Amino acid sequence: MFKWFGKVNYTPYTKVSDFAQYLKDGHLMGSRCKKCGATSFPPRADCGACMSGDFEFYELSGKGKLHTFTKIVAAPTGFEDVTPYIVGVVDLEEGGKALAWFGDTIPEEGIQIGMEVQMVPRIFEELEEIKVYYSLEQPGTTWAKTDSR
Amino acid sequence: MSIKAGVHDVVAVIGCQKMTELGTPEILALMGRVGEVQWESGFGTTFPGYYAMFAKRHMHEYGTTREQLLEVAVKNHHYGAMNPYALFRKEITLEKALASEDVATPFQVYDCCANADGAACVILASEERARELSQKPVWLDGMGCGTASMSVLRRPNLVGLPSAEQAAAAAYEMAGVGPGDVKVADVHDCFTVAEIMAYEDLGFCKKGEGGPFVAERQTYIGGKVAVNVDGGLKAKGHPIGATGVSMTYEIAKQLRGEAGERQVPDADVGLTHNVGGIGQYCFVQILKRD
Ligand SMILES: CC(C)(COP(=O)(O)OP(=O)(O)OC[C@H]1O[C@@H](n2cnc3c(N)ncnc32)[C@H](O)[C@@H]1OP(=O)(O)O)[C@@H](O)C(=O)NCCC(=O)NCCS
Ligand SMILES: [Zn+2]
Repeated sequence: MFKWFGKVNYTPYTKVSDFAQYLKDGHLMGSRCKKCGATSFPPRADCGACMSGDFEFYELSGKGKLHTFTKIVAAPTGFEDVTPYIVGVVDLEEGGKALAWFGDTIPEEGIQIGMEVQMVPRIFEELEEIKVYYSLEQPGTTWAKTDSR
Repeated sequence: MSIKAGVHDVVAVIGCQKMTELGTPEILALMGRVGEVQWESGFGTTFPGYYAMFAKRHMHEYGTTREQLLEVAVKNHHYGAMNPYALFRKEITLEKALASEDVATPFQVYDCCANADGAACVILASEERARELSQKPVWLDGMGCGTASMSVLRRPNLVGLPSAEQAAAAAYEMAGVGPGDVKVADVHDCFTVAEIMAYEDLGFCKKGEGGPFVAERQTYIGGKVAVNVDGGLKAKGHPIGATGVSMTYEIAKQLRGEAGERQVPDADVGLTHNVGGIGQYCFVQILKRD
């Protein structure tokens, strides 16, 4: 189901494809190595620390601090309709980093490196096919969670 | 390597690329995938966008300014104007650069190299053959390569390229020289911040001091080390497949004293620094004359 992830998806097949299903249900998941316990976001099936291929998902709070960002004005093919958009890299509270778009709750003028942000699961409502992603929002932003899995 | 192994004694290395058959959005889409495609490209990341994020972080950590960044472009256009093979043979001012259109903040058009067409060639030979073939052979004394994670999310920091630091350390060691010995260098200035990070990664100045270093004209001819006095990727152009070879060409010309108007006086040790992707790999060479 990983083809659901991202406005344009370049990697439909992956060992961590359940991530997209969790995300659709409102859960942000990282991976944890069952052998050595190393955690990762973005999730990975094969452990970077001990190379074990045995992993499980665990849920993240999505809280983090902004590491850096840019407003992309010259956009690639496939992103014309959302241009310009602001991309940020976030240091996550539980470890790891994420790259994501800024959502509507944070005005452009308010964006500063070091600020606290909340990563929030999203669905492209206007698209007929299922497309999920996550965005960076004000701390305290809440969202609905379900369990279709 | 095949020369060292004795398989060949003369080898032509040719680099070429024709980029302009595609428009900017398609090129941005294809090259945007130099980032990690699973977790990053789906958010419309671009080449300029990645380096823009390095620049923002560099500005945040070290106080690097927009003016200092664009001084790289001003310098490279200054020398590009003297290079008959450059794509842009025009001087620019800081004012003009600051007035150019946004590409990916903080970058404007003049922070970026342009998509270009080009080709370059160098002839490599064994020491014996080189002496027979050339009056002024140039020696490849040191080579180093380094790598870094595909994803920027797994890098130790976003203010330099670990691959360039590794490559430089290996090349300096093999050649038995240090950064202070280098008189002329061609570095991978695909974006203004890339040249500033290169000064730091190569040890031309301390980490974080690349901005003042260029603003004080230390990388002009007459400064501590002349950098990209062929116009660099910014003004000479960046036909990706040709860039590395054209750097070696330029440094060879400099070491032979054949660079004309932009000759660096007493150039005896030169360096090339070529980066792949957004720093996933980097190659550094040290070249010397007799
Ligand atoms: C900066 C960038 C987005 C500009 O794209 P663009 O506006 O579509 O540019 P165009 O090709 O339409 O050119 C428009 C004009 O601007 C000029 N121009 C384009 N890029 C330029 C640049 N970087 N610097 C100065 N002038 C530039 C062109 O020569 C052209 O001039 P003309 O109208 O007089 O012929 C594009 O050059 C770019 O993506 N550069 C980065 C390339 C890259 O990532 N390389 C790999 C790095 S390792
Ligand atoms: Zn492990």
